[in-house]
Amino acid sequence: MSDHDTTTIAAFIHQRYPQVEFAHDQDIFSLGFVNSLFAMELVMFVEKTFGFTVPNEELRIDNFRTIDSIAGLVGRQTASV
Amino acid sequence: MTSSLTEPGVLDLAPAVDRAAARRFAQTHVAPLAGRFDQNGRVPQETLDRIGAAGLWAPFLPVEYGGQGASMLTVGHVHEEVGRACSSVRSLLTVHGMVSWAVLRFGSTEQRRRWLPRLAEGTVLGAFCLSEPGAGSDAANLTARATRGARGWIVDGVKKWITGGQRADLFLVFARTGGGIGAFLVPRDAPGVTVTPIHGMLGTRGSMLAEITFDGAQTGPDALVGPDGFAAGMVMTGVLDLGRYSVAAGSVGILQACLDACARYTTQREVSSGPLRDLQLIQAKVSDMVTDTRAARLLYEEAGRLKDRGDAGTLMATWVAKYFASVAAARHAAEAVQIHGAAGCSPGHPVERLYRDAKVMEIIEGSNEIQRITIAADAYRETAHG
Repeated sequence: MSDHDTTTIAAFIHQRYPQVEFAHDQDIFSLGFVNSLFAMELVMFVEKTFGFTVPNEELRIDNFRTIDSIAGLVGRQTASV
Repeated sequence: MTSSLTEPGVLDLAPAVDRAAARRFAQTHVAPLAGRFDQNGRVPQETLDRIGAAGLWAPFLPVEYGGQGASMLTVGHVHEEVGRACSSVRSLLTVHGMVSWAVLRFGSTEQRRRWLPRLAEGTVLGAFCLSEPGAGSDAANLTARATRGARGWIVDGVKKWITGGQRADLFLVFARTGGGIGAFLVPRDAPGVTVTPIHGMLGTRGSMLAEITFDGAQTGPDALVGPDGFAAGMVMTGVLDLGRYSVAAGSVGILQACLDACARYTTQREVSSGPLRDLQLIQAKVSDMVTDTRAARLLYEEAGRLKDRGDAGTLMATWVAKYFASVAAARHAAEAVQIHGAAGCSPGHPVERLYRDAKVMEIIEGSNEIQRITIAADAYRETAHG
C-alpha cells in the first residue's frame, strides 16, 4: 500500500464523518453508526478512485474494516492489474 | 420470440435504445393496452415478447451478453417512458433489471454465461424476492433460510408481493445462511417452489404479483450470487438502489401521464365560462404539475449520471429522487382525478389507474418513511457523531 492511497481513503471517510477522528487501524464498523449504505459507498469509492472492480472473493468485511485494510486491498488489486 | 441472440446477425437487428425509441414503443404497444392489463391483472406474453424484441428488458447489459451497453441515464429514460404508458409493465422491467444487474455485477463467470443472454432477450424473466409477510422494508427481519445440502443449497421460506412472480422464470431470493444473508438464484421450476398469484391489489394490478413458497427448494451449489454476509449486503443495497432509480423514473412517467391527461381534458371540457383550462385554479394545479415533473426528472437524471460515472453519490441521489418523485406522483395523480371530476373516478379511466398506481410508488423499494429516515440520517451524518 502507498501513503497516497491511505491518505486518499482517509480523506473520503473523513469527508463523510468529519466529526470523527479515525486511526488508520481503527475498526470503523465497530463504532456503531456505519450502515450498509456507507459500506456500499465505500466499495463504489474504492472502485472509482482506484480503477478496479472489487472481485467477489475480496468483498469481505475484513477488507473494509480499517483504512489500512482498505489500502491493503487497493494495493493487492492494483498490483495484479 | 423464437430467435436467439447467440445466432449470427441477430444483434445487428436490435434497435438502438433511447428515450425516443422507448416512447414510440410504449405509446404504440403499451399505452393503448394499459387499461386492459390493469383490468385483467396481467401483461400478456405477446407484450412481453415485444419488449424483448425492442431490447428493453435490460438494455444496460453489455453487448457480449446480448444487451446494448446502454447507460443508466438511458435506462432511466426507458423506464420513464414505459412508466408513462403503464406502471405494471414498468414494474416488470424494474425487477427484471434488478435481477439482471445482480448477476452482471456479482455473478460468477458461469452464472453470467448461463443467465445473462436469456435475461437480455427476455426468454428468462427475473423477479426479486426480498419481502416476506413480516418483513417488507425491514430487511433485518428476514426469516427465509438457506442451508447447504449434499446437492447444493436448500431454500425455505415465504416471499410475498413479488412483482412479476406469476410469470418469472428466475427468482433472486434473499435468505439467511450460517454466514449472514445470502442472495440465491432459484429457477421457478426448482423442486419445492410454489407460486400463488395475488390478485386485487390497489395498484400496478397488471404486474402479476405472487406469493412464492420455497419448501425445501432444491438449487444447485452455484446458486449463491457472490459470497454471503458482507457481499450479500452489497447485492441487496445495489439491487435496491437500481429498483429505487427505476421507481423514481417510473414515477416521473406517471407525472407526465397525469399532465398529458389534464392538459387534454381541460382543453376539451367546457364549463359555463369556457374551457376548464381558462380557470386560474386549474392553471395553478397544472403549473405545479409541470414544475414537479421537471424537478423530479432532473433528480433521477442526476442519479443516473452519477451511476454512469460510478460515483458513490448516486446512492443518496437515488434515495432523494425516489422520495421526491413518488410523493409528487401521488399528489398530482390525486389532482388529476380532481380535475377530471366524476369521469376521473370512473372504473377504467386512465387517471383513476394512475392514481392507484401512484400510491404504490410511495411504498415499494423502501417505503417513503424509510426514505425520509435515510435522507435525514445523511443530513445529520456530518454533525451527529461529534
